[in-house]
Amino acid sequence: MVCRSRTFEKLSGRHAALIPFVTAGDPDPSETVALMHRLVEAGADLIELGIPFSDPMADGPVIQRASERALAKGVKPVGVLQMVRDFRQRNRQTPVILMGYLNPIEAFGYQNWARAAVAAGADGEIVVDLPPEEAGELKNHMDEHGLDSIFLIAPTTTPERADLICTRARGFVYYVSLTGVTGAASPDGRRVKAHIDEIKSKARLPVGVGFGIKDDKSAATIAEFADAVIVGSALVDRIHRSSEAGEDFKQAAFDFVTELSGAISTSRDAEEASA
Amino acid sequence: MNAVFPVKNYSFPDDRGHFGPYGGSFVSETLVRPLRELEDAYRRYLKDPEFLAEMDRDFKTFVGRPSPLYFAERLTRHYGGARIYLKREDLNHTGAHKVNNTVGQALLARKLGKTRIIAETGAGQHGVATATVCARLGLQCVVYMGSDDIERQTVNVYRMRLLGAEVVPVESGSRTLKDALNEAMRDWVGNVDTTFYIIGTVAGPHPYPVMVRDFQAVIGRETKEQMMELEGRLPDAVVACVGGGSNAMGIFYPFIDDEEVELYGVEAGGEGLSTGKHAAPLCCGRVGVLHGQRSYLMEDDEGQIVDTHSLSAGLDYPGVGPEHAWLKDRHRANYSSVTDGEALQAFHLLTRKEGIMPALESAHAVAYAGQLAGEKDKNESIVVNLSGRGDKDIDTVAKLEGIRVAVNTVISC
Repeated sequence: MVCRSRTFEKLSGRHAALIPFVTAGDPDPSETVALMHRLVEAGADLIELGIPFSDPMADGPVIQRASERALAKGVKPVGVLQMVRDFRQRNRQTPVILMGYLNPIEAFGYQNWARAAVAAGADGEIVVDLPPEEAGELKNHMDEHGLDSIFLIAPTTTPERADLICTRARGFVYYVSLTGVTGAASPDGRRVKAHIDEIKSKARLPVGVGFGIKDDKSAATIAEFADAVIVGSALVDRIHRSSEAGEDFKQAAFDFVTELSGAISTSRDAEEASA
Repeated sequence: MNAVFPVKNYSFPDDRGHFGPYGGSFVSETLVRPLRELEDAYRRYLKDPEFLAEMDRDFKTFVGRPSPLYFAERLTRHYGGARIYLKREDLNHTGAHKVNNTVGQALLARKLGKTRIIAETGAGQHGVATATVCARLGLQCVVYMGSDDIERQTVNVYRMRLLGAEVVPVESGSRTLKDALNEAMRDWVGNVDTTFYIIGTVAGPHPYPVMVRDFQAVIGRETKEQMMELEGRLPDAVVACVGGGSNAMGIFYPFIDDEEVELYGVEAGGEGLSTGKHAAPLCCGRVGVLHGQRSYLMEDDEGQIVDTHSLSAGLDYPGVGPEHAWLKDRHRANYSSVTDGEALQAFHLLTRKEGIMPALESAHAVAYAGQLAGEKDKNESIVVNLSGRGDKDIDTVAKLEGIRVAVNTVISC
């Protein structure tokens, strides 16, 4: 059964969607909600919001540092949910997906977390260090409250496991485009396409692609075959640099996401022309 | 799953690496397949007589096993109670128990055709043991080490470099062992095809906790035989220090079925449990998920991992192997802690009474065994796992006592 959530609907259109990732609270917790609105204005179809964790094992240096800075500013999981709630006051349509690690959710309590996240207005969550085999209990609570459990598929995932993940996932499937941490080297478009085609042949869910997408060019390449393009480290890095330079980091984020969005639209048009 | 070295009435972990509610495999998707391949290899080769013979040969001729079981007569007299035996893992090649595991895992790496080895290290003992076996087998070696630890363990850093290893300073987080482990894991995610990750303790995602236990269980098996030879009976108690917990699991595991043998794990009490400056998750942590496994952890109310403190870098870790969490809950092993000060005292005491200078980690076990011996009868016996030698800690001890040691080595990174 396919759970037709808001995220699913949003990503099931004919064209690739754009999903920017930001770390909640970086560089300034009081600006995160305004930043999220700016991302939508720039063309974000969905927002992925990172919950800072002290030991982000799957993240490269850019998101590690962003996590450290956010934690140093006192950002807590419950504070991240408050940001989602505040965002929802002005935006009820754009899906918000949380991204984080399991331990803060354990500390909060699985059921309480699923309930609170949905009440705040979140649509789904990626728990990076929770493969489907270990996800049973948390996933039950997420299903019960209607929080999409978004699982990853990696280049190392065997076809049998990919089947299992596609059955259990909700909202969309997140394809990790390279064997590495977030923000590592650029993915090889052709290899990614081959995998995506295979996954799409069995997934009844949209497939988003992330890790290593750095600029308009790589975003356009991925947009040719993926249902969504996820850009994290490159955006977090721009935000940080411009904030460090004393510039308007929201504007910098807006400009970058506008660029990405433009590149994806061009790729969409090209696709349509050739269709 | 069937353990490679089975214990009759104990069959943990299960097929997916769970020790009751603990353990498991909490990793990002990319690592799921490499971990499964590792598990398959571990199961296959640890039942392969040829592989086991090769490992035994290395244990004997390269590590120097069996390590002696030594009766500490003057220490026993000092405490005035039970007879204290020391399992001399400090006499192994490279000076600690760590090498038992690195010999095993490096042989496994070679079987899998991996040419590059990575490892994390805290005190540097595991890093040295890894660099040593890599030198011997001609494998490339990269060791991740927190930059704070690099500062407190300069001699071991230099040893690793002499052995041809690349030591990579880790500047993130608290710049200690836990961050080194994060960084090694990140390296592995990016290089799974060529690289074998040798974890140094009974923590991490399945199959590491069970695999490292099985490689270290040689300690307990020898201890059993040696006690039967020396005393004609098993010891009344076994004491070991617990950071991640590999030397403790190694000596505990073969005794798990012998319920008359009490098992004591000793955590780092740092400046005292009440000060919060310690590394004793089993004594006063909470259950959570870190480094691929569920176990007791040092964390705050929001589930963020907190900084730990111990005089000994090897115990300065916020987590602990999942099997210890399970043994604690089942009341099969008792866990308590010893402060920096008590460990330091034991360090001096053993050095003066027996001419054996223990690692500060092992000094924790000695201190606790002293307390225990005093409560026990003279015809009872206690085995302390003397997991490492103290040469690496001379600088730390001297600094604490305001003495500058001339051999202080300054190494730039």
